Amino acid sequence: MVPTNYYLILSAILFGLGIVAFVFKRNIITIFMAIELMLNAVNLAFVAFSQSLGKTDGEVFVLFVIVVAAAEAAVGLGIIILTARNRRSLNVERVDLLKL
Amino acid sequence: MTASLVIFFVLATVTVLAAISLIVQRHPIHGALSLIVVMVALAGLYLLMGAEFVAAVQIIVYGGAIMVLFVFVIMLLNAEEEERTNFSKLATYAGVPLALAVAGFIAAAIARSSGSLPAADPSGALTSTKTLSTLLFSDFVYPFELTSFLILVAILGAIVLAQREN
Repeated sequence: MVPTNYYLILSAILFGLGIVAFVFKRNIITIFMAIELMLNAVNLAFVAFSQSLGKTDGEVFVLFVIVVAAAEAAVGLGIIILTARNRRSLNVERVDLLKL
Repeated sequence: MTASLVIFFVLATVTVLAAISLIVQRHPIHGALSLIVVMVALAGLYLLMGAEFVAAVQIIVYGGAIMVLFVFVIMLLNAEEEERTNFSKLATYAGVPLALAVAGFIAAAIARSSGSLPAADPSGALTSTKTLSTLLFSDFVYPFELTSFLILVAILGAIVLAQREN
């Protein structure tokens, strides 16, 4: 039996690594993958709580999170393709039209 | 040390190393492959907890559909190695403290509040999928139907965004 705290701490570590990737990476696709990593960390916490408390609600939430992540990936990658086509670069620091 | 604890530590190590690899790799395709490793290892952790349906969905939808989409876009755009730029000083100085603060905050909250949580019990695994589907189509049926609208809107949005303007 693995204590539930272990899963939750692993989830926190993964979320922190996702933040690090989000802040430090310069490639727009990698930043998007960092968001997926953070969603996965949250899913792990959901399943851990669900199994620990003996309720299935958390797993239903995980399914919804996966659906939202799929929709987000479809729209986000469409935006990335548009950005790459217009700016000829995947570097987020070259997408600065809104910057003063 | 029981077998499940050993399996947990192996899978957790693989997950964390692959997540670090996502940060360290400079080419997006290597990052995508690292993320696939993270997702497969997480599916193993779900199996270990006895959530076998979520594990299957994790591999099919995340490891299959979403990551294929990512790899496809990376290859379509012919993404090259990340260039080194030093435009943002803020990210350099605030990034690691921010991540440490958030992870430490979450870990402290976990350590303080959940000491009494019982361990995940994989013995109920065989009934878990049945319970899950019953719950999904009774209590959560309206959110479930709403997700179909969400996916429809996402499909329309992706088509509108990706088509070439005339």
